[in-house]
Amino acid sequence: MQIYLPIAELSVNIWLILGLGGVVGYLSGLFGVGGGFLLTPLLIFIGVPPAVAVATSANQVVAASVSGVYAHWRRANVDFRMGTVLLIGGLVGSAFGGFLFSYLKQRGQIDLVISLSYVVILGGVGGLMGVESLRTLLRKPQPGLPPRRIRRFHDHPLLRALPFKMRFRKSQLYISALLPLVLGALVGVLAAIMGVGAGFLLVPAMIYLLGMPAAIVVGTSLFQIIFVTANVTMFHAIATQTVDVVLALLLLVGSVVGAQYGARHGTKLRGEQMRGLLALLVLAVAVALVVDMVLPPTEQFSFEPALVGGSR
Amino acid sequence: MSARLLLLLLLLLPLPLQGSAFAQARAPLAALAPADAPLVTDLSAHLIAITSSFTGTELLLFGAIDEPGDIVVVVRGPSGSTVVRRKDAVAGIWLNRRSLRFDGVPSYYAVSSTRPLEDIASPALLNRLQIGAESLRFRAATDQEEPQQYRAAVLRLKEQSGLYREELGVVFLGPKLFRAEISFPATVAVGTYRAEVYLIRDDRVIAAQSTPLFVDKQGLEQEVFDYSRREPAVYGFIAVLLAVAAGWLAALLFRR
Repeated sequence: MQIYLPIAELSVNIWLILGLGGVVGYLSGLFGVGGGFLLTPLLIFIGVPPAVAVATSANQVVAASVSGVYAHWRRANVDFRMGTVLLIGGLVGSAFGGFLFSYLKQRGQIDLVISLSYVVILGGVGGLMGVESLRTLLRKPQPGLPPRRIRRFHDHPLLRALPFKMRFRKSQLYISALLPLVLGALVGVLAAIMGVGAGFLLVPAMIYLLGMPAAIVVGTSLFQIIFVTANVTMFHAIATQTVDVVLALLLLVGSVVGAQYGARHGTKLRGEQMRGLLALLVLAVAVALVVDMVLPPTEQFSFEPALVGGSR
Repeated sequence: MSARLLLLLLLLLPLPLQGSAFAQARAPLAALAPADAPLVTDLSAHLIAITSSFTGTELLLFGAIDEPGDIVVVVRGPSGSTVVRRKDAVAGIWLNRRSLRFDGVPSYYAVSSTRPLEDIASPALLNRLQIGAESLRFRAATDQEEPQQYRAAVLRLKEQSGLYREELGVVFLGPKLFRAEISFPATVAVGTYRAEVYLIRDDRVIAAQSTPLFVDKQGLEQEVFDYSRREPAVYGFIAVLLAVAAGWLAALLFRR
Protein backbone atom coordinates (compact mmCIF):
# COMPACT_ATOMS: atom_id res chain seq x y z
CA MET A 1 0.00 0.00 0.00
CA GLN A 2 1.50 3.30 -1.12
CA ILE A 3 1.12 6.74 0.39
CA TYR A 4 2.30 10.10 -0.97
CA LEU A 5 4.35 12.24 1.42
CA PRO A 6 3.46 15.94 1.07
CA ILE A 7 6.82 17.48 2.07
CA ALA A 8 9.21 14.77 0.90
CA GLU A 9 7.20 14.73 -2.36
CA LEU A 10 7.44 11.04 -3.05
CA SER A 11 5.33 7.93 -2.75
CA VAL A 12 6.37 5.26 -0.23
CA ASN A 13 5.11 1.90 0.96
CA ILE A 14 3.27 2.30 4.29
CA TRP A 15 4.42 -1.06 5.67
CA LEU A 16 8.05 -0.32 4.88
CA ILE A 17 7.88 2.94 6.85
CA LEU A 18 5.99 1.33 9.76
CA GLY A 19 8.59 -1.44 9.85
CA LEU A 20 11.50 1.01 9.78
CA GLY A 21 9.92 2.94 12.67
CA GLY A 22 9.37 -0.28 14.60
CA VAL A 23 12.98 -1.46 14.31
CA VAL A 24 14.46 1.91 15.21
CA GLY A 25 11.96 2.34 18.07
CA TYR A 26 12.88 -1.07 19.47
CA LEU A 27 16.59 -0.22 19.50
CA SER A 28 15.90 3.17 21.06
CA GLY A 29 13.89 1.60 23.89
CA LEU A 30 16.53 -1.06 24.39
CA PHE A 31 19.62 1.13 24.47
CA GLY A 32 18.29 4.57 25.30
CA VAL A 33 19.65 6.00 22.09
CA GLY A 34 17.34 8.20 20.03
CA GLY A 35 17.98 6.16 16.92
CA GLY A 36 18.53 9.22 14.74
CA PHE A 37 21.96 8.00 13.68
CA LEU A 38 20.25 4.90 12.25
CA LEU A 39 16.99 6.36 10.96
CA THR A 40 18.43 9.25 8.97
CA PRO A 41 20.68 7.12 6.73
CA LEU A 42 17.91 4.53 6.30
CA LEU A 43 15.42 7.18 5.16
CA ILE A 44 17.95 8.64 2.72
CA PHE A 45 18.56 5.12 1.45
CA ILE A 46 14.88 4.65 0.51
CA GLY A 47 14.89 7.93 -1.42
CA VAL A 48 13.76 10.58 1.07
CA PRO A 49 15.65 13.86 0.41
CA PRO A 50 18.47 14.21 3.01
CA ALA A 51 17.15 17.48 4.48
CA VAL A 52 13.69 15.95 5.00
CA ALA A 53 15.26 12.79 6.45
CA VAL A 54 17.23 14.74 9.09
CA ALA A 55 14.33 16.96 10.17
CA THR A 56 11.71 14.21 10.19
CA SER A 57 13.92 11.77 12.08
CA ALA A 58 14.28 14.36 14.81
CA ASN A 59 10.49 14.66 15.01
CA GLN A 60 9.94 10.93 15.29
CA VAL A 61 12.74 10.53 17.85
CA VAL A 62 10.73 12.89 20.09
CA ALA A 63 7.88 10.34 20.09
CA ALA A 64 10.10 7.30 20.61
CA SER A 65 11.86 9.04 23.51
CA VAL A 66 8.62 10.07 25.24
CA SER A 67 7.36 6.51 24.97
CA GLY A 68 10.66 5.15 26.27
CA VAL A 69 10.96 7.65 29.13
CA TYR A 70 7.47 6.78 30.32
CA ALA A 71 8.37 3.09 30.54
CA HIS A 72 11.59 3.87 32.44
CA TRP A 73 9.92 6.46 34.64
CA ARG A 74 7.39 3.88 35.83
CA ARG A 75 10.28 1.72 36.90
CA ALA A 76 11.73 4.78 38.67
CA ASN A 77 14.76 4.68 36.37
CA VAL A 78 14.97 8.35 35.42
CA ASP A 79 17.20 10.85 37.23
CA PHE A 80 15.34 14.03 36.36
CA ARG A 81 17.83 16.20 38.22
CA MET A 82 20.77 14.82 36.27
CA GLY A 83 18.76 14.99 33.04
CA THR A 84 17.98 18.67 33.57
CA VAL A 85 21.61 19.60 34.24
CA LEU A 86 22.71 17.68 31.14
CA LEU A 87 19.99 19.38 29.13
CA ILE A 88 21.07 22.89 30.14
CA GLY A 89 24.59 22.06 29.05
CA GLY A 90 23.24 20.47 25.88
CA LEU A 91 21.25 23.54 24.85
CA VAL A 92 24.27 25.80 25.33
CA GLY A 93 26.49 23.35 23.47
CA SER A 94 24.15 22.91 20.53
CA ALA A 95 23.86 26.68 20.11
CA PHE A 96 27.65 26.89 19.93
CA GLY A 97 27.69 23.87 17.62
CA GLY A 98 25.29 25.70 15.30
CA PHE A 99 27.76 28.60 14.98
CA LEU A 100 30.61 26.19 14.38
CA PHE A 101 28.50 24.47 11.71
CA SER A 102 27.92 27.69 9.76
CA TYR A 103 31.59 28.70 10.11
CA LEU A 104 32.77 25.38 8.68
CA LYS A 105 30.13 25.59 5.98
CA GLN A 106 31.52 28.97 4.92
CA ARG A 107 35.00 27.50 4.76
CA GLY A 108 33.60 24.67 2.60
CA GLN A 109 34.84 22.02 5.01
CA ILE A 110 31.55 20.86 6.47
CA ASP A 111 31.18 17.64 4.45
CA LEU A 112 34.61 16.45 5.47
CA VAL A 113 34.04 17.37 9.13
CA ILE A 114 30.66 15.61 9.27
CA SER A 115 31.93 12.43 7.64
CA LEU A 116 35.07 12.27 9.75
CA SER A 117 33.33 13.02 13.04
CA TYR A 118 30.79 10.29 12.33
CA VAL A 119 33.49 7.72 11.68
CA VAL A 120 35.88 8.80 14.45
CA ILE A 121 33.19 9.12 17.11
CA LEU A 122 31.11 6.10 16.18
CA GLY A 123 34.25 4.02 15.75
CA GLY A 124 35.85 5.31 18.94
CA VAL A 125 32.79 4.97 21.14
CA GLY A 126 31.84 1.61 19.67
CA GLY A 127 35.37 0.26 19.98
CA LEU A 128 35.84 1.39 23.59
CA MET A 129 32.47 0.00 24.66
CA GLY A 130 33.06 -3.25 22.81
CA VAL A 131 36.47 -3.84 24.39
CA GLU A 132 35.23 -2.96 27.85
CA SER A 133 32.11 -5.12 27.78
CA LEU A 134 34.02 -8.02 26.24
CA ARG A 135 36.55 -7.80 29.05
CA THR A 136 33.79 -7.79 31.67
CA LEU A 137 32.03 -10.71 30.05
CA LEU A 138 35.26 -12.74 29.84
CA ARG A 139 36.24 -11.98 33.42
CA LYS A 140 32.90 -13.24 34.75
CA PRO A 141 33.57 -17.00 35.06
CA GLN A 142 36.39 -16.53 37.63
CA PRO A 143 34.83 -16.89 41.07
CA GLY A 144 36.75 -15.97 44.21
CA LEU A 145 38.36 -12.86 42.79
CA PRO A 146 36.81 -9.72 44.23
CA PRO A 147 35.37 -7.46 41.48
CA ARG A 148 38.11 -5.02 40.62
CA ARG A 149 37.16 -1.50 41.53
CA ILE A 150 37.05 0.46 38.30
CA ARG A 151 38.39 3.89 38.97
CA ARG A 152 35.73 6.30 37.71
CA PHE A 153 36.65 9.48 35.94
CA HIS A 154 34.80 11.62 38.49
CA ASP A 155 36.79 10.03 41.34
CA HIS A 156 39.90 11.89 40.26
CA PRO A 157 41.01 14.22 43.09
CA LEU A 158 41.12 17.24 40.77
CA LEU A 159 37.51 16.71 39.74
CA ARG A 160 36.45 16.04 43.33
CA ALA A 161 37.75 19.49 44.18
CA LEU A 162 35.43 21.23 41.71
CA PRO A 163 32.84 23.59 43.20
CA PHE A 164 29.00 23.53 42.85
CA LYS A 165 28.59 20.08 44.33
CA MET A 166 25.18 18.59 43.78
CA ARG A 167 23.58 15.48 45.16
CA PHE A 168 22.02 13.23 42.55
CA ARG A 169 20.14 10.81 44.75
CA LYS A 170 18.82 8.59 42.04
CA SER A 171 22.28 8.13 40.54
CA GLN A 172 23.83 7.77 44.02
CA LEU A 173 26.32 10.48 43.15
CA TYR A 174 27.58 13.57 44.92
CA ILE A 175 29.55 15.41 42.27
CA SER A 176 30.14 18.90 40.91
CA ALA A 177 27.30 20.08 38.65
CA LEU A 178 30.02 21.29 36.26
CA LEU A 179 30.75 17.70 35.17
CA PRO A 180 27.33 16.88 33.66
CA LEU A 181 27.04 20.48 32.44
CA VAL A 182 30.28 20.27 30.44
CA LEU A 183 29.46 16.75 29.27
CA GLY A 184 26.04 17.91 28.07
CA ALA A 185 27.65 20.87 26.27
CA LEU A 186 30.26 18.73 24.51
CA VAL A 187 27.61 16.26 23.35
CA GLY A 188 25.44 19.22 22.29
CA VAL A 189 28.21 20.59 20.04
CA LEU A 190 28.61 17.22 18.34
CA ALA A 191 24.84 16.77 18.09
CA ALA A 192 24.49 20.07 16.26
CA ILE A 193 27.32 19.28 13.83
CA MET A 194 26.31 15.69 13.16
CA GLY A 195 22.57 16.36 13.17
CA VAL A 196 21.65 13.59 15.59
CA GLY A 197 20.34 13.39 19.18
CA ALA A 198 23.67 11.84 20.17
CA GLY A 199 22.20 9.38 22.68
CA PHE A 200 24.79 6.85 21.53
CA LEU A 201 27.43 9.27 22.83
CA LEU A 202 25.64 10.27 25.98
CA VAL A 203 24.87 6.77 27.24
CA PRO A 204 28.50 5.54 27.42
CA ALA A 205 29.70 8.94 28.66
CA MET A 206 27.23 8.82 31.56
CA ILE A 207 28.37 5.31 32.47
CA TYR A 208 32.12 5.80 32.11
CA LEU A 209 32.68 9.46 32.87
CA LEU A 210 29.99 10.19 35.46
CA GLY A 211 29.81 6.69 36.91
CA MET A 212 26.01 6.52 36.84
CA PRO A 213 24.33 3.13 37.34
CA ALA A 214 23.51 1.56 33.97
CA ALA A 215 19.83 1.10 34.87
CA ILE A 216 19.35 4.85 35.39
CA VAL A 217 21.37 5.93 32.36
CA VAL A 218 18.94 4.89 29.64
CA GLY A 219 15.85 6.66 31.01
CA THR A 220 17.82 9.79 31.86
CA SER A 221 19.41 9.95 28.43
CA LEU A 222 15.99 9.56 26.76
CA PHE A 223 14.59 12.33 28.97
CA GLN A 224 17.29 14.70 27.74
CA ILE A 225 16.89 13.60 24.12
CA ILE A 226 13.17 14.56 24.09
CA PHE A 227 14.08 18.21 24.51
CA VAL A 228 17.08 18.23 22.20
CA THR A 229 15.11 16.65 19.34
CA ALA A 230 12.03 18.82 19.96
CA ASN A 231 14.39 21.78 19.62
CA VAL A 232 15.83 20.40 16.37
CA THR A 233 12.31 19.77 15.00
CA MET A 234 11.25 23.35 15.68
CA PHE A 235 14.46 24.68 14.14
CA HIS A 236 13.93 22.72 10.92
CA ALA A 237 10.19 23.47 10.70
CA ILE A 238 11.00 27.19 10.74
CA ALA A 239 14.38 27.43 9.01
CA THR A 240 14.39 24.67 6.39
CA GLN A 241 10.68 23.69 6.27
CA THR A 242 11.58 20.06 5.75
CA VAL A 243 9.61 18.35 8.56
CA ASP A 244 7.20 15.88 6.93
CA VAL A 245 4.40 15.31 9.43
CA VAL A 246 2.85 12.44 7.46
CA LEU A 247 6.18 10.60 7.29
CA ALA A 248 6.85 11.33 10.98
CA LEU A 249 3.39 10.03 12.00
CA LEU A 250 3.90 6.76 10.14
CA LEU A 251 7.38 6.34 11.61
CA LEU A 252 6.26 7.10 15.12
CA VAL A 253 3.29 4.72 15.05
CA GLY A 254 5.85 1.99 14.36
CA SER A 255 8.47 3.31 16.71
CA VAL A 256 6.38 3.96 19.83
CA VAL A 257 5.24 0.33 19.73
CA GLY A 258 8.80 -0.83 19.09
CA ALA A 259 10.14 1.33 21.92
CA GLN A 260 7.80 -0.37 24.42
CA TYR A 261 9.12 -3.82 23.55
CA GLY A 262 12.66 -2.47 23.53
CA ALA A 263 12.34 -0.96 27.02
CA ARG A 264 10.83 -4.21 28.34
CA HIS A 265 13.61 -6.36 26.90
CA GLY A 266 16.23 -3.85 27.99
CA THR A 267 15.52 -4.46 31.67
CA LYS A 268 16.32 -8.16 31.19
CA LEU A 269 19.80 -7.43 29.85
CA ARG A 270 22.82 -7.10 32.12
CA GLY A 271 24.70 -3.82 31.84
CA GLU A 272 27.71 -5.25 30.03
CA GLN A 273 25.51 -7.25 27.64
CA MET A 274 23.59 -4.12 26.76
CA ARG A 275 26.79 -2.16 26.23
CA GLY A 276 28.26 -4.95 24.13
CA LEU A 277 25.23 -5.04 21.84
CA LEU A 278 25.14 -1.25 21.51
CA ALA A 279 28.87 -1.34 20.74
CA LEU A 280 28.24 -3.86 17.94
CA LEU A 281 25.47 -1.72 16.49
CA VAL A 282 27.51 1.49 16.61
CA LEU A 283 30.56 -0.26 15.12
CA ALA A 284 28.43 -1.71 12.32
CA VAL A 285 27.20 1.77 11.36
CA ALA A 286 30.78 3.12 11.51
CA VAL A 287 32.07 0.30 9.29
CA ALA A 288 29.23 0.87 6.80
CA LEU A 289 30.16 4.57 6.68
CA VAL A 290 33.86 3.83 6.14
CA VAL A 291 33.07 1.35 3.36
CA ASP A 292 30.79 3.91 1.72
CA MET A 293 33.46 6.61 1.94
CA VAL A 294 36.41 4.52 0.75
CA LEU A 295 34.82 2.53 -2.08
CA PRO A 296 34.68 4.46 -5.35
CA PRO A 297 31.03 5.43 -5.86
CA THR A 298 29.14 3.90 -8.78
CA GLU A 299 27.72 7.34 -9.52
CA GLN A 300 30.08 10.24 -8.98
CA PHE A 301 27.37 12.85 -9.34
CA SER A 302 24.26 13.67 -7.36
CA PHE A 303 21.78 16.45 -7.71
CA GLU A 304 19.30 18.25 -5.54
CA PRO A 305 15.90 18.19 -7.16
CA ALA A 306 14.74 21.14 -5.05
CA LEU A 307 14.39 24.73 -6.20
CA VAL A 308 11.86 24.05 -8.93
CA GLY A 309 10.30 27.36 -9.81
CA GLY A 310 6.74 26.07 -10.04
CA SER A 311 6.65 24.06 -6.83
CA ARG A 312 5.71 27.07 -4.69
CA MET B 1 -32.77 8.71 -26.14
CA SER B 2 -35.43 10.43 -28.18
CA ALA B 3 -34.63 13.39 -30.38
CA ARG B 4 -37.00 15.62 -28.40
CA LEU B 5 -35.25 14.89 -25.08
CA LEU B 6 -31.87 15.59 -26.69
CA LEU B 7 -33.13 18.93 -27.93
CA LEU B 8 -34.43 19.82 -24.47
CA LEU B 9 -31.07 18.97 -22.90
CA LEU B 10 -29.24 21.08 -25.44
CA LEU B 11 -31.51 24.02 -24.64
CA LEU B 12 -31.10 23.65 -20.88
CA LEU B 13 -27.36 23.07 -20.91
CA PRO B 14 -26.14 26.69 -21.18
CA LEU B 15 -28.56 27.98 -18.54
CA PRO B 16 -26.71 27.09 -15.32
CA LEU B 17 -23.36 27.92 -16.89
CA GLN B 18 -24.27 31.57 -17.35
CA GLY B 19 -22.86 33.20 -20.44
CA SER B 20 -19.22 34.11 -19.88
CA ALA B 21 -18.16 31.00 -17.99
CA PHE B 22 -19.60 28.87 -20.70
CA ALA B 23 -17.89 30.88 -23.38
CA GLN B 24 -14.56 30.64 -21.54
CA ALA B 25 -14.86 26.91 -21.18
CA ARG B 26 -15.54 26.56 -24.87
CA ALA B 27 -12.95 29.01 -26.12
CA PRO B 28 -9.74 26.91 -25.83
CA LEU B 29 -11.41 23.95 -27.46
CA ALA B 30 -12.54 26.08 -30.33
CA ALA B 31 -9.06 27.52 -30.73
CA LEU B 32 -7.56 24.07 -30.72
CA ALA B 33 -9.78 22.80 -33.45
CA PRO B 34 -10.15 25.09 -36.39
CA ALA B 35 -12.01 23.27 -39.12
CA ASP B 36 -9.12 23.18 -41.58
CA ALA B 37 -6.26 22.45 -39.17
CA PRO B 38 -3.84 19.75 -40.32
CA LEU B 39 -3.32 18.71 -36.67
CA VAL B 40 -5.90 18.35 -33.88
CA THR B 41 -4.98 16.95 -30.45
CA ASP B 42 -6.14 16.81 -26.85
CA LEU B 43 -5.20 15.20 -23.53
CA SER B 44 -7.26 12.71 -21.56
CA ALA B 45 -6.97 15.08 -18.58
CA HIS B 46 -5.57 18.56 -18.03
CA LEU B 47 -5.08 18.20 -14.29
CA ILE B 48 -2.98 15.66 -12.45
CA ALA B 49 -4.12 15.67 -8.81
CA ILE B 50 -1.51 14.53 -6.29
CA THR B 51 -3.50 12.95 -3.47
CA SER B 52 -2.32 10.68 -0.66
CA SER B 53 -2.65 7.63 -2.88
CA PHE B 54 -0.70 9.15 -5.79
CA THR B 55 1.89 6.72 -7.16
CA GLY B 56 2.46 8.35 -10.52
CA THR B 57 0.05 8.33 -13.43
CA GLU B 58 -0.32 8.08 -17.17
CA LEU B 59 -2.03 10.51 -19.48
CA LEU B 60 -3.33 9.72 -22.91
CA LEU B 61 -2.64 12.20 -25.67
CA PHE B 62 -4.66 11.65 -28.81
CA GLY B 63 -5.14 13.48 -32.07
CA ALA B 64 -5.66 13.38 -35.80
CA ILE B 65 -3.72 14.66 -38.79
CA ASP B 66 -4.92 15.72 -42.20
CA GLU B 67 -1.52 15.54 -43.87
CA PRO B 68 1.11 12.81 -43.78
CA GLY B 69 4.17 13.28 -41.58
CA ASP B 70 5.78 12.28 -38.31
CA ILE B 71 4.35 13.15 -34.90
CA VAL B 72 6.55 14.29 -32.02
CA VAL B 73 4.99 14.83 -28.59
CA VAL B 74 6.96 16.87 -26.03
CA VAL B 75 5.85 17.42 -22.42
CA ARG B 76 7.83 19.96 -20.40
CA GLY B 77 7.53 20.49 -16.64
CA PRO B 78 8.19 23.75 -14.77
CA SER B 79 11.89 24.60 -14.79
CA GLY B 80 14.12 25.79 -11.99
CA SER B 81 17.64 25.59 -10.57
CA THR B 82 19.42 22.35 -9.84
CA VAL B 83 22.66 21.88 -7.92
CA VAL B 84 24.86 19.02 -9.16
CA ARG B 85 27.56 17.75 -6.84
CA ARG B 86 30.56 15.68 -7.74
CA LYS B 87 32.34 13.30 -5.43
CA ASP B 88 36.11 13.19 -5.53
CA ALA B 89 38.64 11.20 -3.57
CA VAL B 90 40.50 13.17 -0.89
CA ALA B 91 43.16 11.06 0.80
CA GLY B 92 41.24 7.92 -0.12
CA ILE B 93 37.87 9.24 1.05
CA TRP B 94 35.10 10.01 -1.42
CA LEU B 95 33.43 13.31 -0.61
CA ASN B 96 31.26 15.87 -2.34
CA ARG B 97 33.90 18.35 -3.39
CA ARG B 98 32.63 20.44 -6.29
CA SER B 99 29.21 21.54 -7.30
CA LEU B 100 27.69 23.38 -10.21
CA ARG B 101 24.32 25.09 -10.39
CA PHE B 102 22.20 25.00 -13.51
CA ASP B 103 19.32 27.37 -14.16
CA GLY B 104 16.31 26.65 -16.33
CA VAL B 105 16.39 22.88 -15.89
CA PRO B 106 12.95 21.38 -16.64
CA SER B 107 11.81 19.31 -13.67
CA TYR B 108 10.16 16.91 -16.11
CA TYR B 109 10.76 16.30 -19.79
CA ALA B 110 9.20 13.63 -22.01
CA VAL B 111 9.50 13.08 -25.73
CA SER B 112 7.47 10.53 -27.62
CA SER B 113 7.59 10.13 -31.39
CA THR B 114 6.63 7.88 -34.26
CA ARG B 115 10.24 7.20 -35.29
CA PRO B 116 13.69 7.91 -33.79
CA LEU B 117 14.16 11.69 -33.56
CA GLU B 118 17.30 11.72 -35.75
CA ASP B 119 15.30 10.09 -38.57
CA ILE B 120 12.54 12.69 -38.32
CA ALA B 121 14.41 15.98 -38.26
CA SER B 122 17.87 17.51 -38.56
CA PRO B 123 19.89 18.38 -35.43
CA ALA B 124 19.37 22.05 -36.26
CA LEU B 125 15.59 21.79 -36.09
CA LEU B 126 15.65 19.60 -32.97
CA ASN B 127 17.94 22.09 -31.28
CA ARG B 128 15.83 25.06 -32.25
CA LEU B 129 12.66 23.50 -30.83
CA GLN B 130 14.54 21.88 -27.90
CA ILE B 131 13.26 18.45 -28.84
CA GLY B 132 15.19 15.64 -27.16
CA ALA B 133 16.94 15.93 -23.80
CA GLU B 134 20.30 16.45 -25.53
CA SER B 135 19.10 19.69 -27.09
CA LEU B 136 17.68 21.19 -23.90
CA ARG B 137 19.22 24.59 -23.24
CA PHE B 138 20.03 25.03 -19.59
CA ARG B 139 23.05 26.97 -18.52
CA ALA B 140 25.55 26.75 -15.72
CA ALA B 141 25.08 29.54 -13.21
CA THR B 142 28.84 29.91 -12.68
CA ASP B 143 31.82 29.53 -14.97
CA GLN B 144 33.65 26.34 -14.29
CA GLU B 145 35.62 23.76 -16.16
CA GLU B 146 33.92 20.64 -17.50
CA PRO B 147 30.30 21.79 -17.38
CA GLN B 148 29.60 19.11 -19.99
CA GLN B 149 30.26 16.37 -17.43
CA TYR B 150 27.84 17.96 -14.99
CA ARG B 151 25.26 18.49 -17.74
CA ALA B 152 25.47 14.87 -18.77
CA ALA B 153 25.05 13.91 -15.11
CA VAL B 154 21.81 15.92 -14.85
CA LEU B 155 20.39 14.18 -17.91
CA ARG B 156 21.51 10.74 -16.70
CA LEU B 157 20.16 11.17 -13.14
CA LYS B 158 16.87 12.63 -14.37
CA GLU B 159 16.46 9.72 -16.74
CA GLN B 160 17.21 7.20 -14.00
CA SER B 161 14.48 8.69 -11.80
CA GLY B 162 11.99 8.54 -14.67
CA LEU B 163 11.67 12.31 -14.93
CA TYR B 164 13.30 12.51 -18.38
CA ARG B 165 12.04 10.02 -20.91
CA GLU B 166 12.36 9.41 -24.62
CA GLU B 167 10.10 6.85 -26.22
CA LEU B 168 8.80 5.77 -29.59
CA GLY B 169 5.35 5.86 -28.10
CA VAL B 170 3.24 7.59 -30.74
CA VAL B 171 1.04 4.92 -32.31
CA PHE B 172 -1.15 5.42 -35.38
CA LEU B 173 -4.55 3.74 -35.18
CA GLY B 174 -5.23 4.31 -38.87
CA PRO B 175 -4.03 6.73 -41.51
CA LYS B 176 -5.12 9.78 -39.48
CA LEU B 177 -5.71 8.94 -35.83
CA PHE B 178 -2.81 8.66 -33.36
CA ARG B 179 -2.34 8.24 -29.64
CA ALA B 180 0.54 8.40 -27.15
CA GLU B 181 0.78 7.50 -23.49
CA ILE B 182 2.80 9.79 -21.25
CA SER B 183 4.01 8.49 -17.87
CA PHE B 184 4.55 10.64 -14.81
CA PRO B 185 6.45 9.13 -11.84
CA ALA B 186 5.37 9.76 -8.22
CA THR B 187 8.19 12.29 -7.77
CA VAL B 188 6.74 14.62 -10.41
CA ALA B 189 6.88 18.29 -9.38
CA VAL B 190 3.78 20.44 -9.02
CA GLY B 191 3.29 23.33 -11.43
CA THR B 192 2.24 24.16 -14.97
CA TYR B 193 3.31 21.78 -17.71
CA ARG B 194 3.04 22.13 -21.47
CA ALA B 195 2.20 19.33 -23.86
CA GLU B 196 3.46 20.20 -27.36
CA VAL B 197 2.62 18.20 -30.47
CA TYR B 198 4.54 18.69 -33.72
CA LEU B 199 3.69 17.41 -37.16
CA ILE B 200 7.02 17.24 -39.02
CA ARG B 201 7.68 16.36 -42.66
CA ASP B 202 10.87 16.83 -44.71
CA ASP B 203 12.60 18.53 -41.76
CA ARG B 204 9.85 21.15 -41.59
CA VAL B 205 7.19 21.74 -38.96
CA ILE B 206 3.87 21.49 -40.81
CA ALA B 207 1.76 22.16 -37.74
CA ALA B 208 2.21 22.47 -33.99
CA GLN B 209 -0.05 22.61 -30.99
CA SER B 210 0.52 23.38 -27.33
CA THR B 211 -1.78 22.47 -24.47
CA PRO B 212 -1.31 23.39 -20.80
CA LEU B 213 -1.37 20.68 -18.16
CA PHE B 214 -1.51 21.25 -14.42
CA VAL B 215 0.01 19.12 -11.68
CA ASP B 216 -1.18 20.06 -8.21
CA LYS B 217 -1.42 18.63 -4.72
CA GLN B 218 -4.99 18.13 -3.57
CA GLY B 219 -6.85 17.43 -0.34
CA LEU B 220 -4.81 16.59 2.76
CA GLU B 221 -1.48 16.71 0.87
CA GLN B 222 -2.21 20.25 -0.23
CA GLU B 223 -3.31 21.40 3.22
CA VAL B 224 -0.33 19.95 5.07
CA PHE B 225 2.08 21.45 2.54
CA ASP B 226 0.44 24.88 2.53
CA TYR B 227 0.29 25.02 6.32
CA SER B 228 3.98 24.12 6.69
CA ARG B 229 4.79 27.13 4.49
CA ARG B 230 2.23 29.58 5.87
CA GLU B 231 2.72 28.97 9.60
CA PRO B 232 6.07 27.20 9.97
CA ALA B 233 6.38 27.81 13.73
CA VAL B 234 2.87 26.52 14.49
CA TYR B 235 3.43 23.61 12.13
CA GLY B 236 6.64 22.68 13.97
CA PHE B 237 4.93 23.01 17.33
CA ILE B 238 2.07 20.76 16.19
CA ALA B 239 4.60 18.23 14.88
CA VAL B 240 6.31 18.12 18.29
CA LEU B 241 2.96 17.93 20.14
CA LEU B 242 1.80 15.07 17.91
CA ALA B 243 5.01 13.22 18.62
CA VAL B 244 4.72 13.73 22.40
CA ALA B 245 1.04 12.69 22.37
CA ALA B 246 1.70 9.60 20.27
CA GLY B 247 4.59 8.53 22.48
CA TRP B 248 2.54 9.07 25.64
CA LEU B 249 -0.51 7.26 24.22
CA ALA B 250 1.56 4.26 23.20
CA ALA B 251 3.15 4.11 26.64
CA LEU B 252 -0.31 4.16 28.28
CA LEU B 253 -1.63 1.49 25.94
CA PHE B 254 1.27 -0.79 26.73
CA ARG B 255 1.12 -0.26 30.49
CA ARG B 256 0.59 -3.45 32.40
